[in-house]
Amino acid sequence: MTAAPRATELGLVGCHTCGLTCAIGQTRCPRCASHLHPRKPDSLARSWALLIAALVLYVPSNMLPVMYTSMLGRGEASTILHGVVEFWKAGSWDIALLIFIASVAVPSTKFLVLGMLLVSARRKSPWARPQRARLYRLVELIGYWSMLDVVVVALVCALVQFHLLGTAEPRAGIVFFGLVVVLTMFAAMSFDPRLIWDADDDA
Amino acid sequence: MTSHPALVVCEYCDSVWRRSALADDEIARCGCCGAVLYRASRLDLDQLLALTLAAAIVFAIANVSPVIRIAVSGLHNEANLLQSVAALSHGSGFIVGLVAAATLFVVPLLQIVLLGWVLLFARAHRRAPGFAFAMRWLQRIRPWSMTEVFLLGVLVAIVKLSAMLSVIAGPGTYATVVLTGLITLIAKRDIRTLWDKLPAGEAVEFAE
Repeated sequence: MTAAPRATELGLVGCHTCGLTCAIGQTRCPRCASHLHPRKPDSLARSWALLIAALVLYVPSNMLPVMYTSMLGRGEASTILHGVVEFWKAGSWDIALLIFIASVAVPSTKFLVLGMLLVSARRKSPWARPQRARLYRLVELIGYWSMLDVVVVALVCALVQFHLLGTAEPRAGIVFFGLVVVLTMFAAMSFDPRLIWDADDDA
Repeated sequence: MTSHPALVVCEYCDSVWRRSALADDEIARCGCCGAVLYRASRLDLDQLLALTLAAAIVFAIANVSPVIRIAVSGLHNEANLLQSVAALSHGSGFIVGLVAAATLFVVPLLQIVLLGWVLLFARAHRRAPGFAFAMRWLQRIRPWSMTEVFLLGVLVAIVKLSAMLSVIAGPGTYATVVLTGLITLIAKRDIRTLWDKLPAGEAVEFAE
């Protein structure tokens, strides 16, 4: 542990936008006029709500097909996992792994890590604080790479437009999946990592 | 006193530290949680503005030229970024099309325009009209800039389609490679130092 004082103890608050250290009690930053929050408002409730919404949409995003392709009269609708398996069978194990990480591993990690952070922050647990802080930054860093599958579906559908010979169309699964990515990003942004460090005696 | 410019508060754990001057490319990290507090860029304002202008040109190329060309049995087709977004938006895909349009097109465009605007005036040691507005939005939209994800998506799509068609990477792909590098250089960086570098002179009063 370190001896650095915490901003709330000194009556200070850091501006989220411009980084200026301001005295507590002002509603807006004197430099950039952004709202000042010692802690993000309703952080735990907002983050839980967005995370649960994302979790609900995660089910149809995996069950429903993300894309329908027909090549030479043979049509099939494929889910995200189906796409991964197909790459794997075709011998492109590296691309299969990439899509698996972006579309399955990253969202699952976000659900587990954010859930764990929310529970431990609510309990004001002193357990593994530096590691939890690092996990939060990891979730922030990797979150948006899940958009990969959305980009791939968009490109394939724009390109494969040969009428009878072959077409590709997006399906509902990709809509749900895109919303899952957006909701988990909002959930991560709503979580206030400073809560990790708040002990019982803090306001 | 309402503010303390000599201090810095860690965004991640609320620890308070005294600011100290950094050499080029040095990063100040929080001694409590390890998060980045602030960093010193090697780029000065002129270099940053030059890179922003370059990004604007490359952005235009990346968006009008095709990223992928495909051919099969004498038929061929090509698509650029915006056509791909449009293909996604058919029918129920409208929402995810909006998300893709925002993260792949609107946000990178805003980053280039807002940063260019701010830097143009910063060269003359002034805060641009709407400086606070531009700086707030640059900070706010930063997590939603996904040019690098688009690039990876292009590469995956090329591999996916090359299994059954002949596929060529178009000029849009190469422009996206350059754009990804430039956006990372100009917009992923900490531009908060501009608040310190530019004194709140007449320009800020003009803005308010």
